[in-house]
Amino acid sequence: MFIPILTAFLVVVAVGLVASILLSLVSRYFGVEKDHREAELRAILPGVNCGACGFKGCDDYAKALANGTAKPNLCTPGAAAVAEELAQYLGVEPEVPKDVVAFVHCNGNCEVAKLDYQYDGIHSCSAANAMYGGQFLCKFGCLGFGDCANACPNDAICIDDGIAHVDTSRCLGCGICAAACPKKIITMVPQEARTVVMCRNHDKGADARKACANACIGCHKCEKNCPVGAIKVQNNLAIIDYEICTYCGKCAEVCPTHCIKEVYFPDLGEKA
Amino acid sequence: MTLVKSLLVILLSSVLVNNYVLSRFLGICPFLGASKKFDQASGMGISVTIVMLIATAVTWPIQTFILDRFELGYLQTIVFILVIAALVQMIEIVLGKISPSLHKSLGVYLPLITTNCAVLGVTINNITDGYNFLESMVSSLGVGLGFMLAMILFSGIRSRIEESKIPTPFKGLASTLIAASFISLAFFGFAGIIDNLFS
Repeated sequence: MFIPILTAFLVVVAVGLVASILLSLVSRYFGVEKDHREAELRAILPGVNCGACGFKGCDDYAKALANGTAKPNLCTPGAAAVAEELAQYLGVEPEVPKDVVAFVHCNGNCEVAKLDYQYDGIHSCSAANAMYGGQFLCKFGCLGFGDCANACPNDAICIDDGIAHVDTSRCLGCGICAAACPKKIITMVPQEARTVVMCRNHDKGADARKACANACIGCHKCEKNCPVGAIKVQNNLAIIDYEICTYCGKCAEVCPTHCIKEVYFPDLGEKA
Repeated sequence: MTLVKSLLVILLSSVLVNNYVLSRFLGICPFLGASKKFDQASGMGISVTIVMLIATAVTWPIQTFILDRFELGYLQTIVFILVIAALVQMIEIVLGKISPSLHKSLGVYLPLITTNCAVLGVTINNITDGYNFLESMVSSLGVGLGFMLAMILFSGIRSRIEESKIPTPFKGLASTLIAASFISLAFFGFAGIIDNLFS
């Protein structure tokens, strides 16, 4: 009675043994040695696979780093800490990137943004943008269909009251949303910034105001009141140069349409 | 002449009539999982075809010369699984050495195939259908090509689906499954064609 069980057992064991011996022989003679630096560099990277570095995920970036074809400061989610660690590992000078967060330069919420027409098409900003620049009278503002939110690898963006909002504590600073936005109203601002212009409208003041009550009307008041000359009105729109800005908040105080706002981006949490 | 004819019948019927994915419902997992883009689908199709051919070349002799001789037919499934898994692993290692570029393009798909039921299915069906070695190889080639055909067809359909406006309840997997069932129905239309083609 035990004979058939034993034969079956022995046959399976024999097949498994032969297969494993062959496998180890093959890996011995055909195996390709992997670059051990690759795995170690990969361990330093955060592993969110956001693609902000321009490679297909962290594995690919680690490979490029090991080959010496990529710089160690390309990882935005990892920011300064990771860049430093990578540079140290590779033995090169670290070029530390600044902590940045995505910011949506629009405050045209449902209440203030006037509609141009009723849009019933595909639920996507780029599709709506192709229809005469979107459903709003303001052709520069957020369309609110969430192309950025869909693109975000860390679910940091939600659409609320018709405009996209970035949850800064979750933002990795990868800039994928900025690329996904057809209106290009998302930019990467320094995490330490305290004042932001909540508008991207380049129309003349009166037209901008007609389209949206929160628009920048290009009145130059902020420009005149800025103590360091960091804010300039170009093309009827105030733009802050964060290289110069001292975050004093004067511009936000004087802005008549309150489109310059004081903000506070909390320290970015654990980025992993 | 009859040999060529019978081989042709086996080849065509395993590509069209008995298409593993669409008529026998084997290998559905990669069919749904890796068919989003054309190059992905064709890469998976080629890998599966190669693995099926090699797996048949190994499992047929094992069945005939070991299992059948010692009357151990009931061990077929477990032995085949073991052999195929080891085989795929071996192919991956060898490929990495011999042709890194091919390894890179097939690399992701090879481990997926290790546990693919279509590969196991074709090796077992070759035995149950009583094919000899040559017929088994031809049948495996046909099944592999049929798998690739289904993958490529479906990747085309899926890229169309992706761009069209779909009612919310049907979005994603639902529309994919419905589309898959339609192609499957279409392939049932091939039944009976092959036999009449050569009679």
